[in-house]
Amino acid sequence: MSALRPDLAIIAREVRAGARVLDVGCGDGQLMAALRDTKNVDARGLELNAHDVATSVSRGLSVIQGDADTDLAEYPDGSFDYAILSQTLQTTKRPDLVLDHLVRIGREAFVSFPNFAQWRIRFAHMFGGRMPVTKQLPHLWYDTPNIHHVTIDDFRSLLHDRNIEIEGQWFLSGNKPRADRFANLLAQHAVFKLRRK
Amino acid sequence: MALRMQEDTRFGLDRKARLLGPVRLDSGAEFAPVDIAYETYGALNADKSNAILICHALTGDQYVASTHPVTGKDGWWTRMVGPGKPIDPARHCIISINVMGSCMGSSGPASIDPITGAAYAMGFPVITIPDMVRAQALLLDHLGIETLEAVVGGSMGGMQALSWAALYPERVKSAVVIASTARHSAQNIAFHEVGRQAIMADPRWNNGAYYGHEAPSSGLAVARMAAHITYLSEAGLTEKFGRRLQNRDAKSFGFDADFQVESYLRYQGLSFVDRFDANSYLYITRAMDYFDLAEPHDGILARAFAGTKTRFCLISFDSDWLYPTAESRRIVHALNAAGAAVSFVELSSPFGHDAFLLEAPEMNRIVDGFLRAGEQ
Repeated sequence: MSALRPDLAIIAREVRAGARVLDVGCGDGQLMAALRDTKNVDARGLELNAHDVATSVSRGLSVIQGDADTDLAEYPDGSFDYAILSQTLQTTKRPDLVLDHLVRIGREAFVSFPNFAQWRIRFAHMFGGRMPVTKQLPHLWYDTPNIHHVTIDDFRSLLHDRNIEIEGQWFLSGNKPRADRFANLLAQHAVFKLRRK
Repeated sequence: MALRMQEDTRFGLDRKARLLGPVRLDSGAEFAPVDIAYETYGALNADKSNAILICHALTGDQYVASTHPVTGKDGWWTRMVGPGKPIDPARHCIISINVMGSCMGSSGPASIDPITGAAYAMGFPVITIPDMVRAQALLLDHLGIETLEAVVGGSMGGMQALSWAALYPERVKSAVVIASTARHSAQNIAFHEVGRQAIMADPRWNNGAYYGHEAPSSGLAVARMAAHITYLSEAGLTEKFGRRLQNRDAKSFGFDADFQVESYLRYQGLSFVDRFDANSYLYITRAMDYFDLAEPHDGILARAFAGTKTRFCLISFDSDWLYPTAESRRIVHALNAAGAAVSFVELSSPFGHDAFLLEAPEMNRIVDGFLRAGEQ
């Protein structure tokens, strides 16, 4: 599991063994495979990219090609112990609605995203006067999957509005965990564990 | 085990068996005797856990990976079945069955009715896709195979794979359903009706009693031409033929096959009649039109798979307008609601419905990985 991306490693650590998990935007199935192999998790995935779905299925995972924005409505309430959305929130058309579905489908949900208020991004914007292009967000403004950038404080505010409770939160700078203090300014990535109030 | 299999005459190329019991048909009738023609490749392992059933499409047959006895061509799915392929005789005991109602050795309208001593013709009972599957299950009983590692099929073969999972969930560990549907749409039925009417409008059809006389090959050829269009895509046809003329520099101002696409379709029609029986075409298209897996479950497809432990893998192609992706998604949705382990992907191909029979490395990669995961 050491090969897992740091935000995925946190989620993998926190998921209960033997749980039922829906990984929304599961990519090539790295997290699902790790959960299956180390925690005997019954994992299901949803992924937009056909090639990634093919890779996941060829790993023996159950993955459906589909779109978080349109296909989550098909899943019944509470049908999974956890719904996971890693590094995908900022690519959806309606992050608020996707979030609602996550805490509806999963009794608990994990959401991770790059923090758009991290100081490097603020600096790039303030002094460069242009849309930031960083190591974690390497895309140019006109050709990026990240159509809804979000900051940690924005996300917390949305959770409040949507009546969603924070059960856990983890922050990362580079690959290293960091304290909650000034996370909105200092953290590059955030991982939240959520539940409907 | 492998040695004993070679001695076991139930296994091998070009086999035929008479089913022990009658087949209970959806129409309410019981039908007997039923002969089933089939082939097997590869050996059954000691615990009989490596059997894979391949289900063929409307005009397919049991010659999935061996030379066709009439056309002399390679098997119809050698890209998927064979040494080094996802379905591999080195690893699997592969069973390929000619469906009941067809004309390559299994009981169908061209078979002799033991009561009259003449071909059944239109006296053959109207059958359904589940009826075909019931007959296949009886054949597996004959072969001593209780559980299938997988049932795999494209198009009508996919309908059989779905029916297998719905009728015999405890006998199917995995199902691979490619370019298929859980029901025939109005458009699907409409195209089939054009084909059937073309056959019946051929005076040689003679209400089906043409055996021993000239077959209604003009009608059957037209039926095949109309159907063949539905297997291709508009873009594929344009790329392959465009408006190019056939062996001429100018239009003839007549009704010869001026265009390449006309010549191609005529060839498809003519070559088809040499290997297929017109009445079989009527019966099998009817079975497909009657197919609606949700119908016995008050229209709720998920109920057809309630509590299933079968793993499913569905694949559709973006240019397939015969059984478009939406039909596969409907099945996936139902399987999700039933809590089944299901994978689905829509692959990109310019070749329409026929894409599943052609070179599709991504499809092979998925099927290979899906089957291997079930073998662990």
